[in-house]
Amino acid sequence: MKPSFLLLTLCALLSPIHSGAHWPQFRGPESNGTDNNGELPSKLSADSSIAWQIPLPGRGLSSPIILNDRVYVTCSSGPKQQTLHVLCLNAADGHLIWERTFQATGRTMCHEKTSVAAPSPATDGEHIFALFSSNDLICLDLAGNLVWFRGLSLDYPNASNSLGMSSSLITADGALIAQVENDTESFTAGIDVATGANLWKLDRPRMANWCSPTVLNLPGGKHLAALQSGKGITAVDPRTGQVAWDYKDGASTTSSSALSGSVIYAPSHGLTALDFSGAGEPKQLWRAGQLRPGTASPVIVSGRIFLMADSGVLTCGELETGKRLWQLRTKGPFSATPVAAGNRLLAVNEKGLAQLVDLSKPEGEVISELDLNHTVLGTPSLAKEGIYIRGESKLWKLRR
Amino acid sequence: MKHLISLISAIRVRVILITLLTGSFASLPDLVAQTPLAEALRAVQGVGPHGAGHAEAQTATKLLLTQDLASLPQILNAMDSANPLAMNWLRSAVESIVQREQSRHMPLPVAALGGFLLDTAHSPNARAYVYQLLSRADPVGAPRLLPGMINDPSMEIRHAAIQGILDQATTELGANHKEGATLLFQQALQHARDVDQIELAVSKLKTLGVKTDLPKLFGWIQKWKIVGPFENAKREGYERVYPPETAIHLEAEYDGKLGKARWADLVSTDDYGKIDANLPLGKLKDAIAYCYTEVQSEEAINAEIRLGCKNAWKVWLNGKLLFGRDEYHRGVEIDQYRLPAALKKGKNTLLVKLGQNEQKEDWTVEWEFQMRITDAQGSPITPLRVGVPLPITASR
Repeated sequence: MKPSFLLLTLCALLSPIHSGAHWPQFRGPESNGTDNNGELPSKLSADSSIAWQIPLPGRGLSSPIILNDRVYVTCSSGPKQQTLHVLCLNAADGHLIWERTFQATGRTMCHEKTSVAAPSPATDGEHIFALFSSNDLICLDLAGNLVWFRGLSLDYPNASNSLGMSSSLITADGALIAQVENDTESFTAGIDVATGANLWKLDRPRMANWCSPTVLNLPGGKHLAALQSGKGITAVDPRTGQVAWDYKDGASTTSSSALSGSVIYAPSHGLTALDFSGAGEPKQLWRAGQLRPGTASPVIVSGRIFLMADSGVLTCGELETGKRLWQLRTKGPFSATPVAAGNRLLAVNEKGLAQLVDLSKPEGEVISELDLNHTVLGTPSLAKEGIYIRGESKLWKLRR
Repeated sequence: MKHLISLISAIRVRVILITLLTGSFASLPDLVAQTPLAEALRAVQGVGPHGAGHAEAQTATKLLLTQDLASLPQILNAMDSANPLAMNWLRSAVESIVQREQSRHMPLPVAALGGFLLDTAHSPNARAYVYQLLSRADPVGAPRLLPGMINDPSMEIRHAAIQGILDQATTELGANHKEGATLLFQQALQHARDVDQIELAVSKLKTLGVKTDLPKLFGWIQKWKIVGPFENAKREGYERVYPPETAIHLEAEYDGKLGKARWADLVSTDDYGKIDANLPLGKLKDAIAYCYTEVQSEEAINAEIRLGCKNAWKVWLNGKLLFGRDEYHRGVEIDQYRLPAALKKGKNTLLVKLGQNEQKEDWTVEWEFQMRITDAQGSPITPLRVGVPLPITASR
């Protein structure tokens, strides 16, 4: 069943994201890696593609977020990665507008491949929210002034993962959703944006979880927060934490679900499409064992869904049916989720090789490459005039 | 910005003057303590877990943000008695003020900041933050304040100071000045407390023909008694109370997972103090073991028990549970967990519960931990006598 155009439009209009936020969270407004406005460039080159590049004062793999003419990015530095940074940059030239630093109050140990700055920040258009693997949760206003600071490890001392935490933030209805899920003290909390206090806290499956939640847009301006874990997907009211529905058939703990209208495409038994537009439990539209996400999450663009395997095999599926259409070998390995717009998709591998794929070709085709020669594990972000690629300790803006 | 190095002498003189005149920043006159700024700082210091005190701190922060650079010393002083949450509220206010004032081309009060940095009466975290501020303002000049800080109470400052020595030693080694390099690496090793620097110095000294006694350097607890295995199917043994948790009877015999279980000696000879339960008990799965030792302290002291473990664990000191983690095979590192521990004078008992789960992968074989007792800076506390006085084998 295809979601109606009317419903899609309504959902877009009622999105919780402030209109100034072009890329307000990990993987964009609809958590699907796509910018529905415009196209990606037809060619990448070192001479003409790079608008600017800047070194970052620390490490990280969180995605930048973009609000109006500013880019916000996090990183961590220090002998034990204990200094947490939130930076605000001018999107036009990469100039630093402000930087705030904090001392981690929780554990900063993590696997050498990841970083304390793994979770991506988010914005509601009025605030910048940043979360770190140390469970330090920060709310700043757009001028960089602190609104509140929570050390969730001080509140819940056994909530940690020795490999590192990475779930990114989402926000809806004045609530900030932080999935702090792990083997021991596993929970998700809804935090009042204004006060920083808990609105609710749910005990969650005691298993390590690195994937991120998504905001589901419902008719009537309502929202749900979809919490994914190894057990499945639980949709809750962002303000109360009340469970609206619970899909219990298991899901990935690394790649996250993607959205299109009122359908959530969940990394579950390959890929499972769930229509949440009706009352009660979501309706399963299809399940495709041949569409298997790797570390990267699905990308949805132009009626198709794309899965990037860690090895570099890009799989294209039909959004309406889950039918596998084609596969293309790109140069891996990959951790970052690709981004797409129009008929092109940009995938950046772990070595920093940016590869542009023409999706209009019958089986896709890599049409251009740009070697950034730097470790890239973070998912790029899109704005009208640029593509932001975050490397381990650098940030690039490519022209669109 | 004027180079910091030219201000070092002035800063040191100023520290002495300030200390003489005011008894350091920490003892402010009563007049200052009653100002709106002081009240705002107290409100920020009142933030606590679970969002406690946020409303008051938000109001107070608005007042802090109206301050200029002249208020920095008072705000920094407030960091001395700030909890980790309040510390972050305060440093954020400092950064907002500094950013605003610098955009007006107002110079950072380098002398006051330098004085704060050099005064070790201030909290280590606050001083480390001031060093960060100075480093951002003058990345070249700030490190020149570091020589002499290799024994600093702030681990971050100490790390930066020792890094300078390690860099110097590496340069000497590169120039084939082996004697000078050896002395510098030895100096770094003597004061280093962070594992990355210790390991670098040890490895370089090894290439220079100098062997390091790692167990002594780290202060590992090497002598233990072990008993097990007990059942841990479905990871349920972690919460189950087996007899060693109730009372320690080293002569006792228990009903274990594989029959009768008795306490046995387990002494580590590993450079990194690994206590490997697989050695006496076999490479088991779904199992629990207990390790026990005694620590003799000459006086009552506040210490840290530092643990590295990739298995599930619980630690009891003198029968009191300090902490536990029901996590398996997610990673291990030296000093992974730091447990505040009040040692009493005389005998202290230490009990470790060590869980192994059901996983079969190659990287899930380890069933081990490493432990040491240190001060807050990571220096092994000496003298401590560790180990159970009478070997089990001798008492049977």
